Amino acid sequence: MTETTANIGAMAQSSMRRTVWEWDGNYTRSAIDDVRLGLGYWPLWVRLGWQDVMLRYRRSMIGPFWLTISMGIMVFALGFVYGGLFGMELKRYLPFLTIGFLVWGLITAALNEGCQTFIESEGIIRQIDLPLSMFPLRVIWRNLIIFLHNAVIYVVVVAVFNVVLDWSLLLIIPGLFLLLANALWSATLLGILSARFRDLPQIVASVLQVAFFITPIIWMPEAATTRPLLIEANPFYHFIELMRAPMLGHAPTLTNWGVVLVITLLGWGGTFLFYRRFHGRIAYWV
Amino acid sequence: MATSTILLENVWVEYAIYGLANRSLKKTLVGLVSRGRLAREVNEELARVVALKGISLRVDDGDRLGVVGANGAGKTTLLRVMAGALKPARGRIRRVGFTSSLFDVSLGMNSEASGWDNIILRGLYLGLTLLEIRALVDEIADFSGLTPEQLARPVRTYSSGMQVKLAFSISTAVRPDILLLDEWISAGDAAFVEKARQRMNELVDQSRILVFATHYDWLLAGTCNRAICLQDGSIVADGPVADTLAFYHGNQASVG
Repeated sequence: MTETTANIGAMAQSSMRRTVWEWDGNYTRSAIDDVRLGLGYWPLWVRLGWQDVMLRYRRSMIGPFWLTISMGIMVFALGFVYGGLFGMELKRYLPFLTIGFLVWGLITAALNEGCQTFIESEGIIRQIDLPLSMFPLRVIWRNLIIFLHNAVIYVVVVAVFNVVLDWSLLLIIPGLFLLLANALWSATLLGILSARFRDLPQIVASVLQVAFFITPIIWMPEAATTRPLLIEANPFYHFIELMRAPMLGHAPTLTNWGVVLVITLLGWGGTFLFYRRFHGRIAYWV
Repeated sequence: MATSTILLENVWVEYAIYGLANRSLKKTLVGLVSRGRLAREVNEELARVVALKGISLRVDDGDRLGVVGANGAGKTTLLRVMAGALKPARGRIRRVGFTSSLFDVSLGMNSEASGWDNIILRGLYLGLTLLEIRALVDEIADFSGLTPEQLARPVRTYSSGMQVKLAFSISTAVRPDILLLDEWISAGDAAFVEKARQRMNELVDQSRILVFATHYDWLLAGTCNRAICLQDGSIVADGPVADTLAFYHGNQASVG
């Protein structure tokens, strides 16, 4: 052995590597192990997520900010057209529209790309025993990177329209945390289901398209006072409001928090049970 | 450090080969709701493959285990189960030792990323820390024979020979306790092939356990000290290499 070549067996204690592996039909233990190991693999999924973003925009000089600019142009164009059509004050309408688009972008990306979570890494999943939980983490991480790039538009809008903010702005921290936590279980669940049922990605895409129009993103909730159920029964509304309210200078309602918390708990609970039962089958389905 | 071992107890691997209709959620739901009157193709019998039928096997420290068998006998499935990628439907597995599988040298390579990036990524895929990878990077670059300028370019711009050399250098840089090989790997032009052969020998010699599936008797005889023969998902022979090979060829002759 050459001197520079490391004997990895001897260094095995120093990292997250799995040196003892057992499979005995104890799904609960192996699912928990998988999640723990997946978190420990953060250097890999963090790097892969960055690479995904960079490669997607590699051929443009400004990188991921290209997306920021195109979203910025769309928001301003829509703002002027719809603001005029609805007869709304731009100062009120444009910040509302911008944040709605930002958050909706994160939600749709998490759900649409979430469907591809395991399919896009099929070669690796079939050959080596990486913790499967790292794949949803990679998808959500790369979309968080894109979201943060897009958030520049919000800063510009706040500055241009003098949006008055207060301490409630700090609530975007728990808000974003909850948003990401839900994105994570959704990507895991949709990723597994899409590996098994290949038409699910199209179904999800169609549902999201409808959801975009029935959720108050380009129209304001006040416009639907005669149909309050349309808003209150729409889970997407509560997720968006969790971010939009503090970013417009007021706190989200207790209903917003309550609905999101219940969905978070149910989603994680259901997804864990599902993951526990089927994580061993993913390599056969992809 | 602890001795390495692979223990398989009554391992069954089975899976369904889904047709187009079974892969469709819409058709599956229609089939369920209509109790099979509509979307009938969903309910047609699926092809179920039983790839491993109750394999029990103990591979100990120092074993160089050869795996022979006809195509479709379950060799690749067995290796993937040992690698931990395929989880068996029934049975138990216990594996002790850092394991590396060399089934596909270019696994996880991204052709849009640079050679350097690919070195780091492969190390991370293996579960190494960035610190450990840093210690290996120079050796990998050196072994591949690629210049630093070439390594800075996207792998997509490489000739196929360069790609293979880099992939080989990366995937053989780490010395595992347990090495899983599906056919011998080799790469590159004449000069590199010799280097690659030496490297593979080192890798095999320094592993505590080798599991090696191949169709070449001479490779098996030269590398292994024990061999099993798989047939239709079961182990039908286990013992010294010469005995297993004799059994395998005798069997083939009587069948064929």
